[in-house]
Amino acid sequence: MITILRKELADYFTSIRCFILFLLVLLASTGGLYAAYQGIRGAVSETGFVFLKLFTTSGEVMPSLVSFIALFVPIIGIVLGFDAINSERSSGTLNRILSQPVYRDSVINGKFLAGMVTLSIMMAATMLIVSGYGLRMIGVPPTAEEIIRLFIYLVSIIIYGAFWIGLAILFSILFRKIAVSLLASIAVWLFFGFFYTLMIAPAVATSAEMYLMLIRFSPSALFDQATTVLLLPIVRSLGMITQAQAAYMIPNPLSLTQSVLLIWPHLTALISLTAICFAISYVVFMRQEIRAT
Amino acid sequence: MDKKIIVETQDLTKKYNGVTVVDHLDLHIAENEVFGLLGPNGAGKTTTILMLLGLTEPTSGIARVHGFNSTREPLKVKRLAGYLPEKVGFYDNLTARENLKFIAQLNNISDAESHSQIEQVLEAVGIADRADVTVDKFSRGMKQRLGIADVLIKKPKIAFLDEPTAGLDPEGINQVLDLLANLSQTETTVVLSSHRLYEVQRVCHSIGILSKGKLVVEGSLDSLGREAFAEGRYRIEVETAEPSPQLIDIINKISGVRKVESKGNLLQISTDSDLRAKIAKAVVQSNVSLIQMKVQEFSLDDVYMRYFHEV
Repeated sequence: MITILRKELADYFTSIRCFILFLLVLLASTGGLYAAYQGIRGAVSETGFVFLKLFTTSGEVMPSLVSFIALFVPIIGIVLGFDAINSERSSGTLNRILSQPVYRDSVINGKFLAGMVTLSIMMAATMLIVSGYGLRMIGVPPTAEEIIRLFIYLVSIIIYGAFWIGLAILFSILFRKIAVSLLASIAVWLFFGFFYTLMIAPAVATSAEMYLMLIRFSPSALFDQATTVLLLPIVRSLGMITQAQAAYMIPNPLSLTQSVLLIWPHLTALISLTAICFAISYVVFMRQEIRAT
Repeated sequence: MDKKIIVETQDLTKKYNGVTVVDHLDLHIAENEVFGLLGPNGAGKTTTILMLLGLTEPTSGIARVHGFNSTREPLKVKRLAGYLPEKVGFYDNLTARENLKFIAQLNNISDAESHSQIEQVLEAVGIADRADVTVDKFSRGMKQRLGIADVLIKKPKIAFLDEPTAGLDPEGINQVLDLLANLSQTETTVVLSSHRLYEVQRVCHSIGILSKGKLVVEGSLDSLGREAFAEGRYRIEVETAEPSPQLIDIINKISGVRKVESKGNLLQISTDSDLRAKIAKAVVQSNVSLIQMKVQEFSLDDVYMRYFHEV
């Protein structure tokens, strides 16, 4: 498995595909920084967490860095996984690899891990670059809590990305044609990212509570909510709050542990979604015919 | 013939959606020989090889390679066996050397060992001068040779080669066949599938002919030759102006004649040896004008063609 991981990593880092992704991510972080530059003056309040505002503030036209990331992570995940198995199949390398003494699952594992490592490096680099330039720009150093929050945010990005890589790999096993697997992944992304949360869930839901429950089936909504709680500590609840309850709420940021507690189900749900994709991938791949044609 | 059997199948059967591709196959391949799996396209050659390697699950029956059950212990089989698929593919962005190195690593061959071994196999297949060229610049023949290098790198006890000469030019075919013939001298059993008889005749010690998933002929080349000739080695066609029953009687009495059939003006005579002179004499003596005479020698080709036509 380590061998496959190493080879896949080498492939990723020398591919034009990843170069383009890096460029896109770089552009996105520049955009996010620019947005923060425009809007951060008005966004800072007495609640503190100035440094986190770097990530969450949107400018006049530019969206905030977190919305850039929310948009890009699925794309990166899909790009890293959509042709994992079927490109090997169509080029005739898959049966050559599988006739070597390796377990079939280590092929999937190796490819998945290589995608994860690439994604992690990409996102960690983005956050460090933004933090560094942001520090120069606003001159306010992050507090320990902010650093921990950002780190957990990075972890949740990676978990979220892992889901998309897992899904893309699953489609690359299910579909023989590369174009089909790419299209299927993008379709799922569009469905959950836009149509489901903006159209279907509101249309089906009969109450606000039901709407909240429904959108939590969408991985993108889960990630959005997790981001909100982590980077906007002032958000105290993700559920419905009645007027009577709201009257008792202290307008204070949540403590770190409470925030983590609040998003724990979200992260668990994302991890289990990834696990489901993986389980299906394993089962299908184990039983699949490995013929050249 | 008390050679050790290295590959053996019992009632090996594979069905795809109810269509039987391999039908109760009982195959035996002895160690250190070159075995040719012959058959027309769609006879089940590839499926048989895939089942032997544990890449495809049989519907029923057992395949054993070196005593290991291919379905239950595929990893043990894959450690011993090399496989060259019909459409061999490599990572186009890597060089020949890098492609081989990856396979060596998957086989847990240490870097130091694989380094010299890669050199060696590239030399053996004759593409050492292109070792550091990326594979996308390789021709079909070079890829095929790299594929053989890829099989050799793990020093397999048994090598399965699926249509190793498909798509090659005549010179390429010769080179590949020479390579394969040498392999059996290095304690490697070679199983190759092909639909071209003459290639198989050139390098194989024994063959098995598959037709519709069934093994119709199996054995060493010499014994098969004799078997094929059992019915009569020569077939002589005699065309006369007006064949008469008496003539058939006369010819039947010539010693060595096995069978006489008449079709219009044509007489088809199966014989043990070339009896043209005697037959001609008999025809002329019975006052029938002889128009022409043709002799046809039976070979493995005919055996093979017979099964081809049945498909």
